[in-house]
Amino acid sequence: MSALLDSLTSAAATDRAEPAWLRDARAEALRSLQAEGLPTPRNEAWKYTALRALEARRFAVPNGETSAAIDKSTLELPGIGGPRLVFVNGIFDADLSGVGDLPAGLSLTTLAQELRTNPEPLRFLLTRHYAGRGEAFARLNTALAGDGVLLRVAAGARVQAPVHLVHVGAPAQGDVAWALRHLVELGQGSALTLIEHHLGDANAHFGNLVSQFSLQAGARLQLVQLQEAASAATLVRRTEFDLGEDARVEAATLELGGALVRHDVQARMRGARAHWNSRGCFSLGGRQHVDTQLDVRHEARDTSCDIFWRGLADQRARGVFRGAITIAAGADGSAAALSNKNLLLSPHAEIDTQPVLEIYADEVQASHGATVGQLDERAMFYLRSRGLPQAQARAMLIAAFCRETLDGIADTTLREHLAERLLAHLPTEG
Amino acid sequence: MLKIDNLHVSVAGREILKGLSLQVNAGEVHAIMGPNGAGKSTLGHVLAGRDGYEVTAGSVEFDGKNLFELEPEERAAAGVFLAFQYPVEIPGVNNTYFLKAALNAQRKVRGEPELDSMQFLKRVREKLSVLHISDDLLHRAVNAGFSGGEKKRNEIFQMAVLEPRLAILDETDSGLDIDALKMVAEGVNHMRDANRAFVVVTHYQRLLDYIVPDFVHVLADGRIVESGDKSLAFKLEEHGYAWLKERKLAGSEA
Repeated sequence: MSALLDSLTSAAATDRAEPAWLRDARAEALRSLQAEGLPTPRNEAWKYTALRALEARRFAVPNGETSAAIDKSTLELPGIGGPRLVFVNGIFDADLSGVGDLPAGLSLTTLAQELRTNPEPLRFLLTRHYAGRGEAFARLNTALAGDGVLLRVAAGARVQAPVHLVHVGAPAQGDVAWALRHLVELGQGSALTLIEHHLGDANAHFGNLVSQFSLQAGARLQLVQLQEAASAATLVRRTEFDLGEDARVEAATLELGGALVRHDVQARMRGARAHWNSRGCFSLGGRQHVDTQLDVRHEARDTSCDIFWRGLADQRARGVFRGAITIAAGADGSAAALSNKNLLLSPHAEIDTQPVLEIYADEVQASHGATVGQLDERAMFYLRSRGLPQAQARAMLIAAFCRETLDGIADTTLREHLAERLLAHLPTEG
Repeated sequence: MLKIDNLHVSVAGREILKGLSLQVNAGEVHAIMGPNGAGKSTLGHVLAGRDGYEVTAGSVEFDGKNLFELEPEERAAAGVFLAFQYPVEIPGVNNTYFLKAALNAQRKVRGEPELDSMQFLKRVREKLSVLHISDDLLHRAVNAGFSGGEKKRNEIFQMAVLEPRLAILDETDSGLDIDALKMVAEGVNHMRDANRAFVVVTHYQRLLDYIVPDFVHVLADGRIVESGDKSLAFKLEEHGYAWLKERKLAGSEA
């Protein structure tokens, strides 16, 4: 067994007072993980992301101690009120969190709390079986995650203030591995905005997050994922969406930080006329490696998805994007659109993009396009001929290329804030 | 102001300009006419500093300085402006933001104070009213999704805001209806003064009904083969470029 799994699974032995079904699920996940190990490049979904270096590392269990105090103000998003839940190295921090008066119809608790008091309703989600070796990190999450956020929006409740989930990586004794599981349920006709935020300094921790969103008929979710993890951090996420009839998800994702980052997204549109929409951008430099994998499944009539992603890689960075859309038999009248454009800013950078479209239904509209290119020389000359210095012209074009991904965010304050984070992160020197 | 002497330019190993000479003084408007493929657009691009053009002989001086030693943005700051024949679409870059950044970058180089948003917008409003352009243009991305006519209007609008000392209009009239053509001409005429010069490159005489040039030059096969006043444009319009060729051949035989 690898050093990684060895160090993590010995940590999993910690006894928790948990229901038998959960202990069984954890044990089963561990067994399969130990038997099969982590995926290798021979696994199609892991072709471009090598795990050898990660497998050789050992991690400690987070104990809540950090070597530096965290300034609360660094966690805030200006102009964004609403409840905030903060996890430091995977451990819930009540002092940094602030829930205040919860809006009507919103129930908010931690998974650890709920497992102590009322675990049974969580059984279905927490025992989800991850079958393949390619899903090894989800198995790991099943085995290890003991906390997270449990968020429920009552039928008909339209929550205005965004809920802000913050994941902070902070320096600690050695590198720690944390695992969290967030469960979010939106009742019929309800609406919620959620911000999933990752940030941190000076750490090389390994985070493993699984988030499961289930939307009843007519529910609407706006999800913002702002990933600004520490430059040496490893972060593996899996985000699952389950959409009922007329449910609608609008996701905006910025992948800016981290050394090794993997994000698997699975969206299942199970109800007719469900709509799933994802706009995102990765902007990478140094030796960053960021891999995004979308798996979108149309399983009912007249469902639609719209995927719009942009990627940038500078220096020796490597970006990977895979957008797979399946329109299942019977999902007639569905529409799918995927656009993924990428810019290479250095001869040593690499971006691999792969759109995959599988259609088994009738009367479907589908379009996809993926490109990898360089800055348009004609546009550069045009800007320079008007007096803009080369570096400024380049920065302007790069910013324009990425900014479009934020257009779908209706909240102006939030959109401008994300734009600011994005622009601050973009390479400026030629 | 501009002195082009025996300019030879090659693109991908093929010689396009073959000994072009032209002198433009402040206050003058020069029209350069010529058939397709004569090198008209190459001239504009070389003067603005586009990559991919190799100057094999000759010189270009702007205000006594070697133009080829300047980067494109330095030429802009020195007062050179090229209105593109095919303006580039730049989605995601707001027209106003771009133009303010460009103007301030130029002013910075010239040691002039940068304009704040209020001062800049004041200047923009003045230009818009002169050109009869709706301010809808300000809120859009640079040329993105613009019609051909809108792109050309935007070039003239940029010229008006940047107030260059030498403006080169590269077939700005092509593809324009009569209203747009008049607007382009108004933009130029409004800016004509003793300190500014224009080089209007065109295929047709039509634009010159509205921008009356001081000089007309015929560019054919990479050099200026004939120069005269505005009556030369009428002769060309009447007889076509073939007439010129015949005359030239006859002349060389004599």
